[in-house]
Amino acid sequence: MADTMQFDLVSPERSLMSTQVKSVQIPGADGDMTAMPNHAPLITTLRPGILTVETETGTEEFVVTGGFAELGESLSVLAERAVPKAEVDQAAYEAMVDEAHAAYQQVKETFKNEPGPVDDAVKLLSDMVAIGGHIGLSPKQPSL
Amino acid sequence: MPSLKDLKNRIESVKSTRKITKAMQMVAAAKLRRAQDAAEQSRPYTERFNAVMGALAASVGDSDSAPKLLSGTGKDDVHLLVVMTSERGLCGGFNANIAKMAKQKATELLGQGKTLKILTVGKKGRDAMKRDFGDYFVGHVDLSEVKRIGYADAQGIAKDILGRFDGGEFDVATIFYAKFVNVVSQIPTEQQIIPAAFEAPEDDSAEATTLYDYEPDEEAILADLLPRGVATQIFAALLENGASEQGARMSAMDNATRNAGEMIEKLTIQYNRSRQAVITNELIEIISGAEAL
Repeated sequence: MADTMQFDLVSPERSLMSTQVKSVQIPGADGDMTAMPNHAPLITTLRPGILTVETETGTEEFVVTGGFAELGESLSVLAERAVPKAEVDQAAYEAMVDEAHAAYQQVKETFKNEPGPVDDAVKLLSDMVAIGGHIGLSPKQPSL
Repeated sequence: MPSLKDLKNRIESVKSTRKITKAMQMVAAAKLRRAQDAAEQSRPYTERFNAVMGALAASVGDSDSAPKLLSGTGKDDVHLLVVMTSERGLCGGFNANIAKMAKQKATELLGQGKTLKILTVGKKGRDAMKRDFGDYFVGHVDLSEVKRIGYADAQGIAKDILGRFDGGEFDVATIFYAKFVNVVSQIPTEQQIIPAAFEAPEDDSAEATTLYDYEPDEEAILADLLPRGVATQIFAALLENGASEQGARMSAMDNATRNAGEMIEKLTIQYNRSRQAVITNELIEIISGAEAL
């Protein structure tokens, strides 16, 4: 019998999922990880990416754009924005990439001499572009 | 003594006022349901967020390297008051109550010799504060174009506030909004958002014993989460405010509709009396005219 654990995916605007799951793949800030029941307690931040939820009846995928995950006896993912993968179409994806791009441009202006924030923004943008590869959409403009 | 025609006109005008207030009440009721839903949807996020932040803050809070958003700047000389109100009026004491509370706090702070800065969200609060504290305004956020408040709006406000904080413009930030209890009662509330004050988890025995791994390290997570925390709290406040506004409007319009009904009744009685008086008068004139012949 496969063990399951409670999983909640919530964004500020709504709660997207709350169910028993077998495993969840989380796009962590330091790399992807798979959370299974009885995982050691962990808190990690998220990078933009695909969150794959494996339940007993199948798998579901969500596009998340940052936030954090709290893994204890149950797993809670608090995403800044989370959208079921099927609902992300070209227009929505482009909007996300554009937003990251705008943020990057703005940061580049503000922090001309400090590499830190600019690097972060570049990473955010490239993560965004990478999502496109995973869901079969391409940004309309080259990344940088 | 108003003439018959005057009375008739008054009755008609009160009747159309009643129609308007009745319609506004029904619109507010529909909007209230939506606003309440939105507030409820966001609650799990806020609750979990605060629980995690509470645990994190407890473990990092006392170290010297704790982020300024959590530990404060070490002073409390300059206060930023964020007064959140609605964009529209006709909602009873809703805006007045929030403004009153903010004014009280402002007067108190000025009395203590602190420097005051005010950021207003929503037109009505701005108008109410302008007269006494107009000189302290540092900015205004206009949400009149926003049909449905989203997280992005809260992020925008948070960004503005955080930018000012990073620029060293203030030491302490407090938001003012109305907490929604039910349709007839909305409680004006003040809440300090910078430095962050997280409510301790209620069952602290269970929370405190869980030792989390942090990836990346605790401080990096905290530095990432604190700005989000500000946005989350503002978002929660905006939603509460939205529900409160509609609730307040609904009960205000309900009262107005009832008052209009009473007024119509009174005016109708007056109208009928005057009409009868006129008829009686005419009869008397006819009869006395006939007698004189």
